[in-house]
Amino acid sequence: MNEPARRLSVVVLVLFLALMGAASYIQVIGAEDLNQDPRNVRTLYREYGNFRGPIVVDGEAVVWSEPVDDPFNYQRSYTQGSLYAAATGFYSIVYGRSGLEQTENALLNGSADALFWTRLGNLFAGEQQQGASVETTLSGELQAVAAEQLGDQRGAVVALDPATGEVLAMVTSPTYDPELLASHDTATVNANYAELLAQEDGPLINRAIAGDTYPPGSTFKLLVAAAALEGGYTPDTELYGPQQLDLPGTSRTISNFGDAECAGDEYLPLADALRISCNTAFADLGMSLGWGVLERKARDFGWDEPLEMPLPVTASGLPESPNESETAMSALGQFDVRATPLQMAMVASAIANDGVLMKPYLVDTVRASDLTVVSQTEPEEYRQSMSPEDASDLTQMMVGAVADGTGRAARIDGVEVAGKTGTAQTGQDTPPHAWFVSFAPADDPVIAIAVIVEEGGETGSGATGGSVAAPIARSIMEKAIQLDAEGDL
Amino acid sequence: MATVSELQVRTGRRAELALLGVSWSIIVLARALVDYHADFLELRTLGIYAGVAAALMLGCHLLLRRYAPSADPVLLPAVLAINGVGLAMIRRVDFGYAQYRGRDTAFGDAQIGWTVAGVLLAMAVIFLIRDHRLLRRFTYTAGVVGLVLYLLPLVPGLGVTINGARIWIDLFGRSLQPGEFAKIAMVIFFAGYLVTNRDTLALAGPKFLGLRFPRPRDMGPLLLVWAAALLLMVYQRDLGASLLFFGIFLGMLYVATQRISWVVTGVAMFGIGAVLAGTIFPHVRARYDAWLNALDPDLYSSGTSEQLVRGLFGMASGGLFGTGLGEGRPDLVPYAESDFIIASIGEEMGLTGLMAILALYLILVQRAFRTSIGVRDGFGKLVAGGLGFALALQVFIVVGGVTRVIPLTGLTTPWLAYGGSSMLANWIIVGLLLRISDQARRTTAEVAE
Repeated sequence: MNEPARRLSVVVLVLFLALMGAASYIQVIGAEDLNQDPRNVRTLYREYGNFRGPIVVDGEAVVWSEPVDDPFNYQRSYTQGSLYAAATGFYSIVYGRSGLEQTENALLNGSADALFWTRLGNLFAGEQQQGASVETTLSGELQAVAAEQLGDQRGAVVALDPATGEVLAMVTSPTYDPELLASHDTATVNANYAELLAQEDGPLINRAIAGDTYPPGSTFKLLVAAAALEGGYTPDTELYGPQQLDLPGTSRTISNFGDAECAGDEYLPLADALRISCNTAFADLGMSLGWGVLERKARDFGWDEPLEMPLPVTASGLPESPNESETAMSALGQFDVRATPLQMAMVASAIANDGVLMKPYLVDTVRASDLTVVSQTEPEEYRQSMSPEDASDLTQMMVGAVADGTGRAARIDGVEVAGKTGTAQTGQDTPPHAWFVSFAPADDPVIAIAVIVEEGGETGSGATGGSVAAPIARSIMEKAIQLDAEGDL
Repeated sequence: MATVSELQVRTGRRAELALLGVSWSIIVLARALVDYHADFLELRTLGIYAGVAAALMLGCHLLLRRYAPSADPVLLPAVLAINGVGLAMIRRVDFGYAQYRGRDTAFGDAQIGWTVAGVLLAMAVIFLIRDHRLLRRFTYTAGVVGLVLYLLPLVPGLGVTINGARIWIDLFGRSLQPGEFAKIAMVIFFAGYLVTNRDTLALAGPKFLGLRFPRPRDMGPLLLVWAAALLLMVYQRDLGASLLFFGIFLGMLYVATQRISWVVTGVAMFGIGAVLAGTIFPHVRARYDAWLNALDPDLYSSGTSEQLVRGLFGMASGGLFGTGLGEGRPDLVPYAESDFIIASIGEEMGLTGLMAILALYLILVQRAFRTSIGVRDGFGKLVAGGLGFALALQVFIVVGGVTRVIPLTGLTTPWLAYGGSSMLANWIIVGLLLRISDQARRTTAEVAE
C-alpha cells in the first residue's frame, strides 16, 4: 500500500500547487483589475486614509480635507459649496465622485504618476501620501455675481476669458451643497442624495456643460451671420425679410417676434437684421446659404464634438440632413439645433478673440504638497472659427444689437458691449428659454459670456433674452470690467 | 562509547521542542501585532496568553515524551502555528467588526476555549489509545456511528438549518456540527473494511479497456457511499462535505487496492451526480454560476456571487505582502472569521502569508503520508493516509472555493476557521496521527536496532 500512498501524496501536492497558483493569480496578476472594480470599496477607504488635496479659487481653498477621528481619517469640507458645486462636484463615500473631484481625483489623492517623486519623498520621510492642490481658473467674485443674478431661476451662466479660454465663472441653477453628500454617515448621505434626486428641478445636473442641451434660439444667428460673412456677404448686404416667410414644402410660415415688420420694403441690411434679430431674414439667409455651409461653420465653433476641460462637456447637437424648411428653422436655432451654455460662451469668445477659439479650461495650476508646480495649463488654440476681418464685422454688428437693438438691457455706461439675444421656443405651452451671449469691452474684450434662463425664469411667458438674460450678463460684465481695471482678473 | 551512541535512534523530541519554540513565537507575535494595531495591547493579558500557550505546549511535549516518545516532531508545531495564526486573525476580525460595523463579537475568545479543549482532547487520545490497532475492533461500530452522525441533522426537531445548510444539531442550546466527527469515524470504518476486503476488491472482476473493473457485488459499499454522499448533497445542501466524504473514500480505496479503475469509476459517478444535481437543483446551479461568472454584475447584485467576489477583493487588496495585520478591512467580507478566513489572511498577510499557511498544511499532509508509509500494519497505513488525505482534501475544497479553483462550498479550514466542532474534530485527528506516527517511527527504530 506504500506505492499508492506515495502517488496520492503527489496528487495532494498537485492540488496544493493549484491553490497556490490561483492565490498568486488573484493577488498579483488579477489584483489590479479587482482593486479598480467600483464594487471594491477598499480603494475608497484607503483613499480616505490619505490627505486629499484642496480645490482652490482665487488662492483660497474652497474644498479641503481635515483630520477626523473616524475610520475614514479625513473629512471633506466645502465652503460656499453650492456656489462652486458646478465645478467641484462632490466626494462621497456612498456615491463616489463628480466634477473636479472626479476628473482630478488622481492628483487630489496623490496617486497620479505626476506625483511619483513627491510620493517617493514622503515614503523616505516616513510621511503619509499627500494629495496635490488643484487651483481653478474661476473668479470667486464673478461666480458670486453670476449666482446672485441668476437667483432661484433655473438656468446657467458660463463666462470665459476670450484671450485664454479660462473659465471665469460657471454657475448652474438650481444647485446643491456637496457638503450634504460628504458626511461619513451612510444613512445621512443616502437620505440627502435621495432628496436631491427627488427634486423636480434636478439640482445635481450641471446645466452649464452637461444638461440636456438647449435650443440656442436667435443666438445661433451669430453663426449664420459668420457663415454669410465668410461667403462674401457684408454687413450692408441687403437681405429679404418680409413680415411673414413661407416655409417651402409646408403650409406654415415664419414670422417675427410679435409679428412685427423688419423693414418697410421687406429688404434690410444684414447688420440691421442681426440688430433687431429679424427671423424671416435669417431663415431666408439660412436657406440661401444651405445647410452644408451652416453645419461647417457650427463645427468651426466646436459643435458636434465632446470636450474635456477637464470636466466632460456634452457635445452640442446639429440636425442630420434637414430639408429646406428645417434648414430655415435651424438657422433660427430651433428644430434640432442644440447647444450647451458653454458652447454659446465659446461662440462669443471666438468672435471676441479675432476669430480664434481658445480651448476652455477650468484647472490652472496643480501644486504638490510641497508647493512645487506639478502642472500648469497653457492656453491652447482650439479652432480658427472665422477670419479676423469677419470677426471684427460681426463684433460691430453685435455692438449695434446692444446699442440700439434687442440687447439694450446689456448696455454699460462708457463701455461698448457686443451681444446677441435669444428667445428659444420649447413648446406651445411652455414659456421660451431666454438667452444672452455677449462680450465686453467690444474693442478689447476681457470677458465673453453666455446666460440662459430656462422657460423665462421669473418673468414667464412674456420673457425674452433681452429682458431676462441680458441684465444678468450686464452685471457680470460690469464686475469683470471693474475687476480688470483693478488688476484682479 | 561511540558504538553505543550510533545505535541510538533520534526520537525527534528535541527537534520538536525547538520547533514548538518557533510556533510559540509566531503565536504570541501574531496576537501582539493584532492587539497593537487595534490599540489594545496590554502586556499583562498578552503575558497570560503567552504563558498559557507555553504551558499547553510544554504539557503536550512532556506527555509525548512519556506516552509517544517517537511521534513525528513536526506535526504538533505545525498545527499549533496554523491554530495560533487563526486565533490572531479571528481576534482581528472581532476588532474589525467592533470598529467598523458596531458589532460586538467574541469569536476570538471563544476560539481560544475551543483550542484549549482541542489540545486536551488530542492529548487524551494519545493517553487513552496506546495502540491504534485497537481501533480496528470498532470498524463497523465506527461505520454506523459515522453514518448516524452524518444523518443526525436530518432528524426533525434535532437538526437546525443555518445559512441554508442543514448540517447542525441543537444540543442543549449549543449548535454542533456532527459531520466533522463523522469524518473521523468514517476513516476508521473505511480503513477497517478495506484492509479486510482489499484482496477481493483488488483482484476480482472483469477487464474492460485494459482496466480491471470491480464485480457488482463488491461495488455494494461504493454504491452505498455514493448514494449517501448524494443524499447529503441534496438534503443538507452541504456540497463541500459530500465532496469530502466521497473523496476520502475514493482515496482510501485507491491506497488499499491500487486500482485506478476504482478511482475512474468513482470520479465518473460523482461527476454524473454533480451534473444531475446541477440540472435538478437550483441551489447547486447557482453555485456553478457564481463560480464561472463570479464578476458578472447581475450575479453580484443578486447576491449569488457577492460573498465570493468580496473575498476576491480582499485578497487582491492584500497583494504580495498584505496590508499588515490590522491594516486591512477583512470585515467587508461576509464570514471573515470562518468560511472566508483564507481571504482575511490573504488580505492582511498577503500572498506571502497565505503561501506560508498553505505550506504548513502541505507539510502536515506529507507528514501524514510519511507516517502511512512508515507504519507496518495495513490498518494504520489506511487510517494515517486517510486522515492525511482528508485534511488535504478539506483544505483544497475550502481554499479552492475561495480562490475560484472549484465552486464554493461550505467547509471549515482546519484549525484556522472559527468553529468548535471543527476545532475539536481536527485536534482528535492530530492525536491519532501522533499516535500512529509514534508506532511508525518506533518500528523503524526497532528495526535499526
